[in-house]
Amino acid sequence: MEETPPPQGAFTHSPQARVAVRLRRMKQVRSLGYGLALFALILVQIPVAVVAIVGVLMSTVLGMVFLFEPSMRLIRFLAGIDRKLMHRWVGVEIPVPYRPRPPAPVRGRDGYFHHKGKRYRTALSPKIDIMLVWAISDPATWRELIWVIIDPWTRTVLALGPSYVIGWGIWRTVTEGQYWGLALAVAAFFAAPVALKIYALYALGLLGPTANAHLVGQVNRLNQVRADQVDLQAAELRRIERDLHDGAQARMVAVGMTIGAAEQLLDDDPAAAKALLVKARESSATALHELRQLVRGIHPPVLAERGLADAIRALALDSPLKVKVHTDLRERPESPVESAVYFAVSELLANASRYASRVTIDLSRRGRALRVTVTDDGPGGAKAVPGGGLAGLERRLAAFDGVLALSSPPGAGTTATIEVLDALGTAEEGVPVNAMPSGWRGVLYGACWALCWLPLIPQGLVATFMLIFQSSERSWFLALYMPDPFKWPTVAFMIALGATMLATGIRLAPAPGRNPGVC
Amino acid sequence: MRVVLAEDLHLLREGLVHLLRAHQFDVVAAVESGPELLKALITHRPDVAIVDVRLPPTFTDEGLQAALAARKQVPGLPVLVLSQHVQQLYARELLADGTGGIGYLLKDRVFNTDQFIDAVRRVAGGGTAMDPDVIAKLMVSNARNEPIARLTPREREVMELMAEGRSNAAIGQRLFLSESAVGKHTASIFGKLALAPSDDDNRRVLAVLAYLNGR
Repeated sequence: MEETPPPQGAFTHSPQARVAVRLRRMKQVRSLGYGLALFALILVQIPVAVVAIVGVLMSTVLGMVFLFEPSMRLIRFLAGIDRKLMHRWVGVEIPVPYRPRPPAPVRGRDGYFHHKGKRYRTALSPKIDIMLVWAISDPATWRELIWVIIDPWTRTVLALGPSYVIGWGIWRTVTEGQYWGLALAVAAFFAAPVALKIYALYALGLLGPTANAHLVGQVNRLNQVRADQVDLQAAELRRIERDLHDGAQARMVAVGMTIGAAEQLLDDDPAAAKALLVKARESSATALHELRQLVRGIHPPVLAERGLADAIRALALDSPLKVKVHTDLRERPESPVESAVYFAVSELLANASRYASRVTIDLSRRGRALRVTVTDDGPGGAKAVPGGGLAGLERRLAAFDGVLALSSPPGAGTTATIEVLDALGTAEEGVPVNAMPSGWRGVLYGACWALCWLPLIPQGLVATFMLIFQSSERSWFLALYMPDPFKWPTVAFMIALGATMLATGIRLAPAPGRNPGVC
Repeated sequence: MRVVLAEDLHLLREGLVHLLRAHQFDVVAAVESGPELLKALITHRPDVAIVDVRLPPTFTDEGLQAALAARKQVPGLPVLVLSQHVQQLYARELLADGTGGIGYLLKDRVFNTDQFIDAVRRVAGGGTAMDPDVIAKLMVSNARNEPIARLTPREREVMELMAEGRSNAAIGQRLFLSESAVGKHTASIFGKLALAPSDDDNRRVLAVLAYLNGR
């Protein structure tokens, strides 16, 4: 639960205001407030959900397929609100699981739109078809459909529940003098944050990405990174080829020709031959100089000889800026990582030398990640321009799950932070993060997922309908066998139990989000 | 004059041995790896060692490390380090003990026999021979340094040559100046940099290098 500071104006000296501030700071009070707000949102949620569900029904039952995608978008809109609220209020981040939108149909050379072997005059039909396939094939669509149906109930129980129980308990105490009502109210007060948390976890389960969606996202990202790396490498090779061709190679040809000429002149004109040999020597020295520059650009020799920390110290010494280097790095990362980080720092230093006079470079280890910060005293306001030097650095670092973050408030210098995940090994073997739980956790995991639907849907939701419509049939619904005052509490208990089991199952699931190497 | 040579490329090693013998040096050992070098330096205690930075077995900076280790055991042991690239970082490490007898040159400098042999003799005599590339880099990184920026172009030239380790006579020869004119320039440089003047060439060179490295 994140700690939100009270608004500025709240600090007054009146005792009532101070009590108000302290109350607002209490986790339980905040949770109750959030719960009530979440419940109030049902007023928006239910009408929108009804429209969306009717749309889905019409598109499946009546074949009005063009309604499917807009309905789904309505549901996604609702889910989006919940994702944001869960992140802001409960601190549970629910990643967006959707597959990327397919590209719009493009007009062919003959002026028609080609789609699945047919030609269309307008883009409308192929577009509807593409969007429909996209919507139907995404498992997130179906999970959100389930969510939109059961959410009003779980939300009522988990978000409104605590406030309701408090009110009811106090009312019982006041009107009938039964003090257990007060105890119940106190218990509900302290259970409020837990209920909210369970609601968030349940939302995470239905609205977050499945392991599968996660992998799809990862594969897409890796494809992008691979394409970038192939491009980068090809461009790099082309540059090296050009440099060698125009530089050292051309000079060596000249050296050979000069020596040849000197050889012919040796007997007749030794003085001229000597002059030519001096020229050949100078040419070979220039060729060496150019080769040295080229090698520096491919893999700097200090890096090979001394590793990252000393290579960055060498960079600092060569810079006209006043550069301080701090490092607590004992071990060396893999050579390609070292190289990428070295060139990134080199580029950042070159950038800084245009605006700043003092730079601090800090190399450190964060868990298994390597972190390098480059801070300068320039005027700030730096931005990464698409296609610029910084964007190039980001692409190069992306191959190693490295990121570059820029913080450059105007007038306060620039801090660039490079972080490469998993750059440094650890002594202990990493726990396989995507493994299924085993032992009693595995049994609990299986039981939760298999059985949570029982209290949630038949005993909770169906029983609710039966109670609302006063059904005479009682079947196997526990709530209907209860004496009157306990009917509704039993339903609430069943839904809470189901949601808790669902949340537990989600909690125990192999969590793709815990792998630091994943987006 | 007794020389220990360390270079892993066979052709270059043989070439250097020939060159040195032709100039009346006595090559007592020509080795090709770091551990061999350290042993040769300690047992032979040569008048000067010529060392390649990158040597087997690790092909990192074996040669440099061996030279530094030997200088710890034999203080002031003259070492001339050769490399395919020059780094201020390595120059600093070599100069750190402030005793002189240090050379640090690009391998290409061997092409110019006279200057190379001169550098070897200078280092053997306890002097300094820094590569012009190292000095150029030092000047660039000191470019925003206030006193350096106040030097006249001529003074800057003199200072660069002095930092390479040359005597007043050699600087005069290079710049076509009389020795006394060079003396005036050096006095002015030392005044602007607020360094204590000295008549000893070696001490002056080390003072200038220490100043340039002292950021």
